[in-house]
Parts: sequence; C-alpha cells; structure tokens
Amino acid sequence: MKIAVCISHVPDTATRIKIGSDRKSIDPNGVTYILNPYDEFAIEEALKTKEKSGADTVVYAISVGGETNKETIRKALAMGVDEGVLLKDDQPRDSFGIARALSEEIKSLGCEIVFFGKQSVDFDNSITGQLTAELLNYNCIPVVVDLKLEGNKVIAEREIEGGREVVETEIPVVITAQKGLNEPRYASLKGIMAAKKKNIAEKPAVAYSALTETIDMSLPPSKQPGRILGTDSSAVPELVKLLREEAKVI
Amino acid sequence: MANKVLSVIEQREGIIKKISYEAVSVGVSLAKELNLEFEAVVIGSEIEGLSNLGNYGAAKITHLKNADLHNFSSSAYSELTSNYAKEVNASVIILGNTSFGNELTPRIAVKLNSACIVDCINLTVEGDEIIATRPVYAGKAYIKSKLHSDVKIYTIRPNVFKAEKVSDQSPEIKVEEISNPNLKTKVVAYKKSEGKLDVAEANIIVAGGRGMKGPEHFNLIESLAEVLGAAVGASRAVVDAGWRPHSEQVGQTGKTVSPSLYIACGISGAIQHLAGMSSSKYIVAINKDKDAPIFSIADYGIAGDVFEILPVLTEEIKKIKS
Ligand SMILES: Cc1cc2nc3c(=O)[nH]c(=O)nc-3n(C[C@H](O)[C@H](O)[C@H](O)COP(=O)(O)OP(=O)(O)OC[C@H]3O[C@@H](n4cnc5c(N)ncnc54)[C@H](O)[C@@H]3O)c2cc1C
Ligand SMILES: Nc1ncnc2c1ncn2[C@@H]1O[C@H](COP(=O)(O)O)[C@@H](O)[C@H]1O
Repeated sequence: MKIAVCISHVPDTATRIKIGSDRKSIDPNGVTYILNPYDEFAIEEALKTKEKSGADTVVYAISVGGETNKETIRKALAMGVDEGVLLKDDQPRDSFGIARALSEEIKSLGCEIVFFGKQSVDFDNSITGQLTAELLNYNCIPVVVDLKLEGNKVIAEREIEGGREVVETEIPVVITAQKGLNEPRYASLKGIMAAKKKNIAEKPAVAYSALTETIDMSLPPSKQPGRILGTDSSAVPELVKLLREEAKVI
Repeated sequence: MANKVLSVIEQREGIIKKISYEAVSVGVSLAKELNLEFEAVVIGSEIEGLSNLGNYGAAKITHLKNADLHNFSSSAYSELTSNYAKEVNASVIILGNTSFGNELTPRIAVKLNSACIVDCINLTVEGDEIIATRPVYAGKAYIKSKLHSDVKIYTIRPNVFKAEKVSDQSPEIKVEEISNPNLKTKVVAYKKSEGKLDVAEANIIVAGGRGMKGPEHFNLIESLAEVLGAAVGASRAVVDAGWRPHSEQVGQTGKTVSPSLYIACGISGAIQHLAGMSSSKYIVAINKDKDAPIFSIADYGIAGDVFEILPVLTEEIKKIKS
C-alpha cells in the first residue's frame, strides 16, 4: 500500500507579520519557517496507518514550494516517513495550483490514502485537501479527530460546530487532520540521522495559471488602546454600564 | 449567460443555521450591485422555517429534497449544489465559512471548474468586479483579492456580515424531489456536545486561561457564561493541561472567533491567542498583570484578580438581566 502525506512550510506561529515591499506578501526577513502544526497530526496518522498495515507499505511526504521546503520534508523523514517529494515552484501558488500539483503526483505514485493537515497556518484556507480529493475523484473527510480503517471502509469522526459527525466512506480517501486525532511523535536521534540519508525526489510542479489574484496585503486596522477601569471588583459596575450603554453588547 | 447570485442555505437537523440569513443578505446585496438575479438553494429532508428567509430578501428558494439528505453527505450535497448552480447559470455563489461551507466550497469550485475565496470579512463591488477582503496569518494581516474564474465562489465569516430584514414577503419555495443522491460519503451519526453553545457560533464568549489556576475553578467562567447566554472558551495552555476540551480552544491552532463580546479571564494574550479573537467587536480583559499583552487589544480591562472579580461581575449582570 502507498500512503501520501502533504505538508506545508509556514512561518512560525509566533511570527510578527511585516508586509513586504510589493504589498502583496509578507516580508520574509527574520521569519522562521516550520512544519505546519496540523501536518504533524497528518504525519503521525500516516505512520500509524503504516504500522498497522504491514511492512511493504510506503509513506511519501509531498510538499509544493521552493528549495527551503526540504527542511520541512526532512522533519517528516525524521519522524519516520519513507520518501520525500518536493514539487518545485519558486513562485507562491494559490491553493488551486498546489492541489493541482499534488493531485498529479499522488496519481502517478498511486497513493490511495492521503493525509493533509486541516489548515495551513499561513493563508488559513483549509481547502487544499478537499480540492485535491475532488481533482483525484477521491472521497474526502476533513477535520478528523478519530479515524478507523477497516479493509476498504473508512469511519471517521470530524469536528463541527457544537459537536461531532460520524462519517463513513471508502478508500481511496483524503483525510484532513485536526488536533486531537493523535499525539505526534518526536523525531528520535536515530530518526534524524536516518533522515539525512533518505531520498528527497525533486520534480517541477505542473504548470498552472492562477485563478486568484492578490491585490493588496495590509496590517489589520489597529485598535485604540483600551481603558483599564480599575484593579478590583469596585470597577465592575462601571464595566457593566459601559458594556450596556456604550458597547451595547449585553 | 451566467446571470445569478446563488446563496447556499445551511441546515442541520432540519433547522436553518444563523449563517444562512447572513449568506442571503450578502447575496441579495451583491445581486443588486451587480445587477443580477438572486436566488437561494437548500438541500435536506424536512426543513423548518424556510419562508423566514424571505424577510432577508430571498424571493425564490429551491429545496432539493430527499429523505436520505436529512443527514449531511459531502458527496451528495456538493454534487447537487454544483449541478443546480449550472442549471440556473449562477455566476456568484455565497456560502458560510462553517464546517458545512468549508467542506462543500472547494469541491463545488472544482466541479464548476472555477475558484473560491474563503472566510471573507468584506465583499465590495468595484466596477463589475467583486473584491474580497479576508484575514490571513490568523488575522495578523488582511488581503484583498479577486477571482479570475467564470463562476466566483465566496464563503463569509460568521457573525461579521449583518443579516438584514428587508421585506415581509413570503418567498416562492420550489421543492424538487431528488432521486438516488450520491451517498458515497455520508454522516451516519451526529454527536451533539451536551447543551453547550459552540465558540464558533456564539455571540458572546467568556474565556479562561491559566490564570484560573485549575479546572475546578472554571465554574466561575461557566456561571458568567450562563447569565450572559455565552459560550465558554479557553486558551491553549488550559487545553493542553487537560482542563478544558480542545473544541473550546480559541487561537491560531484552535478556533477563530468574532463574537460581539469576548471576555478574557486570566489569559495573558499570547500572539497565537490574539490571532483567534482579535476581530471580536468588543474585548474585555481581566488579568492581575496590568502589563499583560491582552490589555493592548482590550476595549475595557480590569487589572485585578479573577477570583475576586468574576463572582461580582456575574451577580451584577444577573441583576440587570432580571
Ligand atoms: C504552534 C503554537 C500554536 C499555538 N496556538 C495557540 C492557540 O490556538 N490558542 C492559544 O490560546 N494559545 C496558543 N499557543 C500558546 C500560546 O503561545 C500561549 O502559551 C498560551 O496562549 C498561554 O495561555 P494563557 O494565557 O492561558 O497562559 P499564561 O500565558 O500563562 O497566562 C496566564 C495569565 O493569567 C494571569 N493571572 C494569573 N493569576 C491570575 C489571577 N488570579 N487573576 C487574574 N489573572 C491572573 C497572569 O497574569 C497571566 O497573564 C500556541 C503556541 C504555539 C507554539
Ligand atoms: N505547499 C503545500 N505543499 C503540500 N501540501 C500543502 C501545501 N499547502 C497546503 N498543503 C496541505 O494542505 C493542508 C491545508 O492547507 P490550506 O488549504 O492552505 O489551509 C495543509 O495542512 C497541508 O497538509
């Protein structure tokens, strides 16, 4: 069996964003890039699925982007993924372009179970997994917190507003991972050493012309600093009054 | 000729979700500005209160109906929505950015050979183009963008656009019976969190952080939430500690929320937390450290002890509510 896990290379969540001089992207100077936090859950689930399915299963980690995405692929290899694939494009792509490249590669590798993170913490689109599934004509269950694979059958619990849905479908399938699905393992020293020797295949991402166009990027309008009304409960009546009469929210 | 704005109505268990009124309002006003017709479509079995959507300007609603569509099915719903959009020549489609809209939108976009912009907080018409504004990097930046596809699909962030009553006319509701929906992927059960309001849907959120000192003190948060009709939220620190479930986590790796009022109790205001809640309309912070970063985005703050302040605040609100 072949399993794919698609991973993105994103600014550390602690990054303070500065707008780049083109006013269409962020200024990358001084930004540390990391493996997308949700993709750690995707990698863990891929590895667990492999462990349950037998020795001849291969897990591929695929990332679309520039040379530096190899750092993130290396991290996945250190966690235990078998093969890395960089679909290279030095220009940023929209989700449709990323999904297009991923779906071509997944098709040619023949992976029938594909894991994504629920969301990439850069553009926060939460759509790449669903787009890829649709392009491949695979079934798809997003935002999964519990997963069972029984033969061809897939039973997953996904998080929705106010509860969980239990969803059933069949392989071939795309699953997008939500926090809670598992506890991602740490890369062991042995894993890190082994990752250095593992292969990262590099191929150009299929050509694509963008369907979305960024016009402008800006910082959110800054808020007026608020008022500190006091240091103990004697400030409560004023707070309630302001919420009622000024903000009109209670 | 593509000539229509289509809003997709979300229902669960036969009840129309609040976001649907917002999606109708947005669709109606875009249609007016673009000089297009407007209609709404809903998929499901028995659905209550469809005609209320008329008040928000939906003069025509089509209900694609089948008993097997009572439960959500991404395969069936995405197929039916995209086929219907083709049938009526929709050029603009609006959905809510909820788990429903998030699952369907990309799939519909591919089926229609088009593209989408998700989680919009503003949609304006300039000339004959729609310009969408949305937060990226968890709200640390905003982008304006537009689509180059034939059909343009947008999802709107809940609670941001106003649902406006514009008419008291009853809509024309057309029911189309659907045969053999594609149920390849389907919901077989729905486990509702008991009686709890979800942070993603709440108008008011009372959130607690590590300053609450332990899970046993969250009753202070719950009591305040109860008198306000609010949902309970949490910082990642308390979720990681196992004091609260992950479904309550607000922030970059939790939920992004924009309620009318967000009350942060014993939360320091780390950048990842602010990312998830900074677009709330009003923010109140209660934190004993007057230099805590949460105060930099709070409208009102009390720099004091949550254990002393929360019970008084709850009592005070109880008084005005009774
Ligand atoms: C990849 C990544 C993703 C993350 N995602 C998220 C996320 O989605 N959401 C999130 O919240 N965090 C997230 N974080 C964590 C974030 O960086 C902070 O660690 C976390 O938000 C801190 O939670 P806190 O404010 O409850 O705790 P602390 O930072 O410990 O703050 C506790 C506060 O309580 C105050 N306090 C203490 N006692 C009292 C008292 N008696 N009365 C009043 N005030 C009191 C203190 O002054 C302090 O300000 C993420 C971190 C990383 C690395
Ligand atoms: N450039 C990329 N290369 C590979 N996978 C990606 C890329 N961007 C996003 N993904 C995957 O798609 C998921 C959702 O991303 P998004 O739709 O951008 O929020 C991520 O968690 C990754 O699993």
